[in-house]
Amino acid sequence: MRFPHRHLLGIEGLSQAQINTILDLADTYVEQNRSPNKKSDVLRGKTVVNLFFENSTRTRTSFELAAKRLGGDAINMSVDGSSVKKGETLLDTATTLNAMHLDVLVVRHPESGAVKLLADKVNCAVISGGDGAHEHPTQALLDALTIRRNKGRLDGLTVTICGDILHSRVARSNIQLLNIMGARVRVVAPPTLLPRAIGELSVEVHHDMATGLKDADIVMMLRLQLERMQGQFVPSVREYYRFFGLDYEKLAAAKPDALIMHPGPMNRGVEIDSLVADDINRSVILQQVELGVAVRMACLDLLTQHGRNDPA
Amino acid sequence: MATHARTAILNARLLDPDSRLDQRGSLLIDGGKIADHGPGLFRDGVPDGIEVIDADGACVAPGLVDLRAQVGEPGHEDNETLKTASQAAAAGGVTALACLPDTDPVIDDVAGLEFIARRAREVKLVKVFAYAGITRDLGGKELTEMGLLAEAGAVGFTDGGKAVADALVMQRALAYASIWGRPILQHPQEPRLATGAMNSGEIATRLGLSGIPAVAEVIMLERDLRLVEATGGRYHAADISTAESVAVIRAAKRKGLKVTCDTAPPYFTLTERDVGDYRTFFKLSPPLRTEDDRQAIVEGLADGTIDCITSDHLPWNQDAKRVPFAQAAFGSVGLETLLPLTLDLVHKGHMSLLDALAAVTIKPAAVLGLNLGRLRTGAAADLVIFDAERPWRVDAEALHSKSKNSCFDKHPVQGRVLRTLVDGRTVFQLAA
Repeated sequence: MRFPHRHLLGIEGLSQAQINTILDLADTYVEQNRSPNKKSDVLRGKTVVNLFFENSTRTRTSFELAAKRLGGDAINMSVDGSSVKKGETLLDTATTLNAMHLDVLVVRHPESGAVKLLADKVNCAVISGGDGAHEHPTQALLDALTIRRNKGRLDGLTVTICGDILHSRVARSNIQLLNIMGARVRVVAPPTLLPRAIGELSVEVHHDMATGLKDADIVMMLRLQLERMQGQFVPSVREYYRFFGLDYEKLAAAKPDALIMHPGPMNRGVEIDSLVADDINRSVILQQVELGVAVRMACLDLLTQHGRNDPA
Repeated sequence: MATHARTAILNARLLDPDSRLDQRGSLLIDGGKIADHGPGLFRDGVPDGIEVIDADGACVAPGLVDLRAQVGEPGHEDNETLKTASQAAAAGGVTALACLPDTDPVIDDVAGLEFIARRAREVKLVKVFAYAGITRDLGGKELTEMGLLAEAGAVGFTDGGKAVADALVMQRALAYASIWGRPILQHPQEPRLATGAMNSGEIATRLGLSGIPAVAEVIMLERDLRLVEATGGRYHAADISTAESVAVIRAAKRKGLKVTCDTAPPYFTLTERDVGDYRTFFKLSPPLRTEDDRQAIVEGLADGTIDCITSDHLPWNQDAKRVPFAQAAFGSVGLETLLPLTLDLVHKGHMSLLDALAAVTIKPAAVLGLNLGRLRTGAAADLVIFDAERPWRVDAEALHSKSKNSCFDKHPVQGRVLRTLVDGRTVFQLAA
């Protein structure tokens, strides 16, 4: 099982077969993570650095656990991405880390394209942990794994992504992945939270939860990214919740067995009602977290295979 | 160098867009001016004591007049100096340029204009003119001393890359500047709408970059044209990039408004697709637009709606460009690629050679009220000798500009400057 890419910077550029390769491998790691002995030595002797220019708890922890469960050495570095000289810091940091012979660099950065800029400057494999409003590939992959394990497939499902699409890298990665895998994608948001050309990305655009959720198999809620908003995109949180927050009433439009997903962290009472989020029959939000570790193990495994298989 | 030296240019294809001259012949320079030209000149040989330049069939045209260039001084000498900008201009066949006031400090007073004039005298390569700000500190609020600035040599008023957003300030600027016979140049971008990093559209959406919509340009343009109508002011729209803008200006000209406009080579050569995978050298203001827009710009040039082509020279050192796209500076150098890319319009059959040359010589000179851009007896011998056909590939590292941020790096072009003369002096000669 060869993985032809050096880096994982986005879903764009991956084929259906490559996505399946990642998901299949991740399935095996789900079992490993659930077994009493969670550790293997796939990454023994390998160094993984989590370089985060933006706050993150769950993604960083997930990558760190993934590396450690595979027997690799994981180091976390947090850099303030909002400092004035962040441009120079980025490339300087890249070249500095490069000199230390890393095997995998996991990068999160608040600016779209920053991970690619950095990847061009290092010799190791780079995995995007999310860049600006561009892509968050491992999130889309773990979402896909969650759907596949619950529904048995992705092909032909109707997936509705609701909320702050404009600022969301999760949405962009998911739209690409779901299209590649043959799912039907809808987005629901007020026009102020949609990129102008969203309709050109092979999605159905809705501004009303009732029509957007109608007969959906999967409901993906996105966090209202208040910290990224410059100016007012919605008049108030109260109004947003009234029209776009997911509660049982709106959820009734979806299929009775529709799954509820959220990449976290949730704003309870803003984009999602607590009762819905915690509904053990509908919500797979915690499963997403669990499968996230397995997906990241698969990515680390595949991106380091090349080096491992080389005859010494 | 003797100021009254005489120079003969032989075997030339003489081109003058103003008089529509396109003729084989020779040209005599005496005392820095064009003393004579024509097919019969030097038919019986060149008398002794005259320096001879054999054009060997190449074109000889008035030197280019560039409406808008950033020269780095004062304050941005790490990106460009007046000297390196002048060298780049000379290499590009540009014999006169007007530099923008968004410098550090900005040029909004007489001292700023005098500084530029002094530096231009010291460098003494091409003719350097300067704009002054429309508003103090280019802050968009308070008018500059336009009368005093006009007296001190300001060729026009502009807030450079910033648009004057306040309609009342713009109205007064247009009304007041008209008595000094100077144009108001506006970079038409509604600032509240133009906060993004690239053209709004599918590519920006996919890349997760905030967009600058095409309406940001046309909204400002339409507002300004209403104010021009109300005040009778003289208005020049800089850097037109959208199809809508071309249509709006076309209609305004039909109405008889005193309005002119320009575009720059990226807008008739490249599109938003060239941004590709976050290529910051293609981050321009206004942003590269769609293929439909590009074609409309070409049409606007072909039918004369767009008067001028400018270099829109905006040098940035590599630190300003080697950062994430949204943080990267806007702009590209352009002085050395202005002529070949303008000639591309000729090679592709969109414009005649004389019309294309008019857009970089006599028309920009007319916008600024400068007696330049003509090839005629008695005019300053500001000339460019170029091979209109010669193919070459732009190499950013080989540019004379101190900064190498060209959005045309590695771009194949056709048409090469061989020699540039200012007041009869050779200021650039292509290495053999």
